[in-house]
Amino acid sequence: MTVAKRIIPCLDVDKGRVVKGVNFVNIQDAGDPVEIAKRYDDQGADELTMLDITASNETRETTYKTVESIAGQVFIPLTVGGGVRTTKDIKRLLRSGADKVSINTAAVNNPDFIKEAADKFGSQCIVVAVDAKAADETFSSWEVVTYGGRERTGIDVIEWVNTVKEHGAGEILLTSMDRDGTKEGFDNKLTKAVSSSVSIPIIASGGVGTLQHLVDGIKEGGAEAVLAASIFHFSEFTVQEAKQAMLESGLEVRN
Amino acid sequence: MTKIAVIDYGMGNLHSVSKALEEVATTEEIIVTSDPETIKRADKIVLPGVGAIKDCLEAFSDDLRSVTLELIRDKPTLAICVGMQMLLESSEENGGVKCLNVLDGRIVKIPVSKDIKIPHMGWNKINFLSDHFLWSNIPNNSFFYFVHSYCCLSSSDAISETTHGANLISALGKDNIFAVQFHPEKSQNLGLQLYKNFLDWSV
Repeated sequence: MTVAKRIIPCLDVDKGRVVKGVNFVNIQDAGDPVEIAKRYDDQGADELTMLDITASNETRETTYKTVESIAGQVFIPLTVGGGVRTTKDIKRLLRSGADKVSINTAAVNNPDFIKEAADKFGSQCIVVAVDAKAADETFSSWEVVTYGGRERTGIDVIEWVNTVKEHGAGEILLTSMDRDGTKEGFDNKLTKAVSSSVSIPIIASGGVGTLQHLVDGIKEGGAEAVLAASIFHFSEFTVQEAKQAMLESGLEVRN
Repeated sequence: MTKIAVIDYGMGNLHSVSKALEEVATTEEIIVTSDPETIKRADKIVLPGVGAIKDCLEAFSDDLRSVTLELIRDKPTLAICVGMQMLLESSEENGGVKCLNVLDGRIVKIPVSKDIKIPHMGWNKINFLSDHFLWSNIPNNSFFYFVHSYCCLSSSDAISETTHGANLISALGKDNIFAVQFHPEKSQNLGLQLYKNFLDWSV
């Protein structure tokens, strides 16, 4: 027996509103991140991730307020990401009630930022988001990409995750940009390559369309946690159903 | 009115600890404070802690430390995560530091083994080693949320253990002190139950 595998619903938030058509029944305000966070909490989500997809300076205050409202009502871990560039950003998010902060582009631009953040706030709250794309048609090596996959960096994913770990990241949120939005399942080869090369926990993300995909991300990919947005948003599946599927396939989950 | 002081020595996020206490409080007053005079008037103490232990101990300044140590001799005290670790004898984190030596045991790095990830991050079961008022309405082997890289492996004050490769001590208790490695404020309903039990606890 060891730590349970985690299911993490992800909320994409734009100017304080959840985007990507949420379809819950009996919910008064389908765009309200607090209501949705509470719903996932009730369903047994192990953590929540909130992604500020605008992340502009103008909407920053709204984000802090949203984080504060969620953290005041939902007593499970909350990770917040999107546009985190400075230790000041991290401090504000943590003080607003985030438990972990996810860094992406700022880490790629300056890997020392990870170290600075981990030294200051502790590795446990520093998640590095790694967006990966296959480097060629063989899908056997991957390249770090930024700006939603539009920009290739030439950095090898396996080298990068080792750097990230050495700099003090506590966790890696690994998204396959080849699979993101496809509903074809995680890139388990990518997840496996990453999870077997670093000792810190990996959250698999990008491509979930079925409950079996969640199971595969853990069994084949070796991920500690699986993140999904749309399958939960559109109420295709509840978190309970996802946990049931994981349980039935022999995985340890929190019940 | 019972006053609960959440000791704020400048480390980490106390928001979730105080929110969780407020969620279950009925008449109790929850005060997040770094003021020694306010702490002196408290009936119960919550000692949180997040981050590196050396920073926590350094931030825990002399006057704050002496008033806290004075109170935790007899006031009901709940210590969380690094707050728990600070109450032990020593920690090998940050090249080795002396701690407050209130509870038995030492903090060491979580032993590396093949199938585990470090930090120990996520939900894991706690196995009761002894009965305690703070376990009221919490079933044995319930899941709580952990996030840490250092741990206590043995203590005469141990009251629960958790398996992550090795068996780690997940809660310690002695007289008026209850200390947990996990985060009840992040452990959903059962975590709130533990805070409720703490508020109801009389020593």
